[in-house]
Amino acid sequence: MATLFQGVGAVTPFSASSSLDSNKLLLPSRKSLSISDSRGSIFVYRSDALNLKAATRKQDLLIPNAVATKGETSTSAKSGHELLLFEALREGLEEEMERDPRVCVMGEDVGHYGGSYKVTKGLAEKYGDLRVLDTPIAENSFTGMGIGAAMTGLRPIVEGMNMGFLLLAFNQISNNCGMLHYTSGGQFTIPIVIRGPGGVGRQLGAEHSQRLESYFQSIPGIQMVACSTPYNAKGLMKAAIRSENPVILFEHVLLYNLKERIPDEEYVLSLEEAEMVRPGEHITILTYSRMRYHVMQAAKTLVNKGYDPEVIDIRSLKPFDLYTIGCSVKKTHRVLIVEECMRTGGIGASLTAAITENFHDYLDAPIVCLSSQDVPTPYAGTLEEWTVVQPAQIVSAVEQLCQ
Amino acid sequence: MALSRSGSNLLKPISPFFSCARAPSILSRSISSSNDSITVETSIPFTAHNCEPPSRSVTTSAAELRSFFRDMALMRRMEIAADSLYKAKLIRGFCHLYDGQEAVAVGMEAAITRKDCIITAYRDHCTFLSRGGNLVEVFAELMGRRAGMSNGKGGSMHFYRKEGGFYGGHGIVGAQVPLGCGLAFAQKYSKDENVTFAMYGDGAANQGQLFEALNIAALWDLPAILVCENNHYGMGTAEWRAAKSPAYYKRGDYVPGLKVDGMDAFAVKQACKFAKEHALKNGPIILEMDTYRYHGHSMSDPGSTYRTRDEISGVRQERDPIERIRKLLLSHEISTETELKDIEKEVRKEVDNAISKAKESEMPDPSELFTNVYVKGFGVEAYGADRKELRATLP
Repeated sequence: MATLFQGVGAVTPFSASSSLDSNKLLLPSRKSLSISDSRGSIFVYRSDALNLKAATRKQDLLIPNAVATKGETSTSAKSGHELLLFEALREGLEEEMERDPRVCVMGEDVGHYGGSYKVTKGLAEKYGDLRVLDTPIAENSFTGMGIGAAMTGLRPIVEGMNMGFLLLAFNQISNNCGMLHYTSGGQFTIPIVIRGPGGVGRQLGAEHSQRLESYFQSIPGIQMVACSTPYNAKGLMKAAIRSENPVILFEHVLLYNLKERIPDEEYVLSLEEAEMVRPGEHITILTYSRMRYHVMQAAKTLVNKGYDPEVIDIRSLKPFDLYTIGCSVKKTHRVLIVEECMRTGGIGASLTAAITENFHDYLDAPIVCLSSQDVPTPYAGTLEEWTVVQPAQIVSAVEQLCQ
Repeated sequence: MALSRSGSNLLKPISPFFSCARAPSILSRSISSSNDSITVETSIPFTAHNCEPPSRSVTTSAAELRSFFRDMALMRRMEIAADSLYKAKLIRGFCHLYDGQEAVAVGMEAAITRKDCIITAYRDHCTFLSRGGNLVEVFAELMGRRAGMSNGKGGSMHFYRKEGGFYGGHGIVGAQVPLGCGLAFAQKYSKDENVTFAMYGDGAANQGQLFEALNIAALWDLPAILVCENNHYGMGTAEWRAAKSPAYYKRGDYVPGLKVDGMDAFAVKQACKFAKEHALKNGPIILEMDTYRYHGHSMSDPGSTYRTRDEISGVRQERDPIERIRKLLLSHEISTETELKDIEKEVRKEVDNAISKAKESEMPDPSELFTNVYVKGFGVEAYGADRKELRATLP
């Protein structure tokens, strides 16, 4: 699992000379960013039609290769440094703490222990106990405290040791975090980041394998993003910290040891954008977090069978990047959603509704949504395997859709 | 039986007050010059837990006495006016009135600065006023008009005033206490020598998140002061039926506590001053304000099914905070009976004017349905219920 998908991201950064004014980060991304600007020292990478066209042209010439983007990591592959996903998160966190003294981290075991997944390792020694705070096991109150601190202008990052524990803080997240900006008539902003690992791991049991995206998605006023590679983990972490809105950053327990080469320069990704993992022609596969890797594995098989799937990692779970998704649907006319969330009321269900509402005329076939079974995750390994979507199921779903 | 037991507790603090008024030797006479200091004794001594109680003598001045009277009369009139507006169906939903408890808001404000933060639950109309809010904003918000402080989108339970250091206004019982400890944490982080008063009621005192937050506040030495406004009834349940130990000031265990007569504005002022000094040096402290609300829990609660009318009128006669100040003003010859009556008339007119001004304000525009959901939106389309008439791109 660790080094399997090295360099799979199609979002190759441009060279250091193309950069963007940091002010532009705050504006709605699709209208005002232009990659050809060269100003400032930070650049925001956005996947857009520019990249898409280049890749598809290449696609026509090459023998179909599942990991089509391997050839593109040419010039910048040698620069940059290799690290694991949790180290990328730590790098992003550290850079933001360096940059803004108002950023602080609170969570269980984040300080002296270094974080249960080592995301905050070394930060307590560097920044002290007031900026990296070990809390007692009291999610409801320390999430509330983070929100109260955010009301005054601090930028706390609240870590749930496992996303499932944040259910105890649901009231604070829903009522105070999401709604305070609205009910106070805009007086208070809550620039908090709530992050933690979730998802089905290796036989962790039902209570520690929860996917909370579906529970949080209807809370008005929050943003949700899910990271899947070291590159987007660092970028999304930085963007979430800089955002004025409350952001929930979903990480996955099994992805912490992914290795990838990321650029040395500072970069921030856009919180509302989806990532084009593999451009294609026949079918759009929408996915996020760990399922991205299952999809890419299935894509290898599919390509050998002659299909050309377009894989998009939606990254932004709330709000959906309907622009990228829409462009893709208009091209391929078929959609498959692969997610780890539960079938009932999950992210896939909302995405299906959103796509049907907006792009109904462009669809040649009904949208198929592959999600986890509506069962508590069992402990036994074989059973656990069958609660989540496996590559074989993805392949057969694509074959059925593309008939 | 049950009700009479609590009734007698509520009427207890009366006798020391009368002895105080009849023993002029304790009080120094002033020639009603505004800046001369007057020393007043609180109605009863403070009861302390794990700390030394402050003294009963409070220094004040004629000007302060007069301002206390005026502010409390204004609050009282505002709440009564809100009562009639609710019955006239101009205020809908939930409306929780604070009359009877005005001394807590006024006494606290006298002891602190605007840099200190106050956060409370839904019984927030008077606290908002004491933090610098104005009447028009209050009534407009209650009636859902645009001139309200939350643009009409918050309602009775969501009053906020950032410039005044008033952080609301929260509907869920007990959820404001961790928020308050977070405010205290931010104050400690920025090292600005201010404190936070996190207020809650006797009903919320049984919430787990309160003890969680108290534990963290004590661990990290946060300048948080938890104020329990004990009006002896959590909605319709009397305190002795809800809490095994109704001595809320002692429930902090390792955290010191102080029990205060919440109907005496000077006791509140003294306690808050003491608490502020304590919190800046030693970390959190709990203040229990022994107070009483004349109205029911909210406007939909008559307030008489779980307590007798005799109890309510008894407390009103013997412990009313405004009457106490009135007696002090008269006995110190700072104001005459007619002057005080004039102030009350003036306050009444002020409230009426504010209501008519608030009624003139219009309802929020439909496009405001989508403003302030996010700090900056993303061009996401949002719809009203029918998806046709109301369509907006999040601004």
